[in-house]
Amino acid sequence: MKFLKIIGLILLVAFVGIQFIPTNRNHSDYIPKSDFTEIYEVPENINTILQTSCYDCHSNNTNYPWYNKIQPFTWYLNDHIEKGKADLNFSEFGEYSSRRQRSKLRSISSQVKDGEMPLQSYTLVHWDAKLSDKEKEEFTVWMDSLAMEVR
Amino acid sequence: MKNLKVNLGIAMLVIVSLTAVSCKNNNEEGNVDRSGMDHENMSEGSEMMEGGEQTSENMSGSENQDSQTGIIVNDYMELKNALVADNSEGAAQAGESLVAAFENFNMSGYEAAERQELTEIIESAKEHADHISYSDMAHQREHFELMSIDMVDMLAITGSPERLYQQFCPMYNNKKGAIWLSTSEEIRNPYFGQNMLSCGEVQKEI
Repeated sequence: MKFLKIIGLILLVAFVGIQFIPTNRNHSDYIPKSDFTEIYEVPENINTILQTSCYDCHSNNTNYPWYNKIQPFTWYLNDHIEKGKADLNFSEFGEYSSRRQRSKLRSISSQVKDGEMPLQSYTLVHWDAKLSDKEKEEFTVWMDSLAMEVR
Repeated sequence: MKNLKVNLGIAMLVIVSLTAVSCKNNNEEGNVDRSGMDHENMSEGSEMMEGGEQTSENMSGSENQDSQTGIIVNDYMELKNALVADNSEGAAQAGESLVAAFENFNMSGYEAAERQELTEIIESAKEHADHISYSDMAHQREHFELMSIDMVDMLAITGSPERLYQQFCPMYNNKKGAIWLSTSEEIRNPYFGQNMLSCGEVQKEI
């Protein structure tokens, strides 16, 4: 039992200790000209989906949940955001070549269609980010038609 | 103190379960068909011979190994053949070689306008190759389709080092259809693999 106490104490100290490690927050107050919603006319329902289900990990502005302030969640989230932005960043969408935009639009649509995005681990906590079948349909149809338009 | 321990325990559980969920996506790669198909043996030889109608598939080596476009075309064909054989691991390896081949592409011999176009094409194609190098088969095929379009556009600028056939599968991508390139006129469909091997048609020669 004493052994357990020591382990518990060590864990506690480590847990408290890591809270003091500073991390950068993915936060920005202004919408850049290259933002997806600036370069394309995005209907309201699509924009809502983008903001609630995509932008947290795929833009330069994350709407952080309260537990983000607690390590190791901060690391976990930041790692996700970094990877998400590397693959697709809606804030910089306008900087992609039109070829790349087309292929991103195709991938966006197919990932949502297959239910791979938004990530399960994300919707587990963000219930509102989960897409209904109807939302999925609207979203993918719109993305597909945009992919055909981009030249 | 006891409460704290319980809290800590819960926190740990949550962490572990979150990690488990996020890892799930990466585990699908495991199911690879290793039916003894060494992808190197499957690289189609060049069809440069007069007539160009030969469909022999297992010739190794190519006169175009040295040219940078030739390397890309050869790697692309390895990727295509791996997809035809439902060999996800082979496709991943070919994807890796393609990343390197695109990275090494030297554009100094081209005019400014062509360079700009090539830069965009290669940036896009490299990204697809990279995804192919670590994704499951369904994703590999999605990226292969988009990369095939990049390949056609690239070859329109660089010219093809050998005779290639642009082929078309009308069923892929929800019946929107998809193209691919082959050194052989014979249809070996990379989008459905062994399920629909000979489905498709030749669209044009490049």
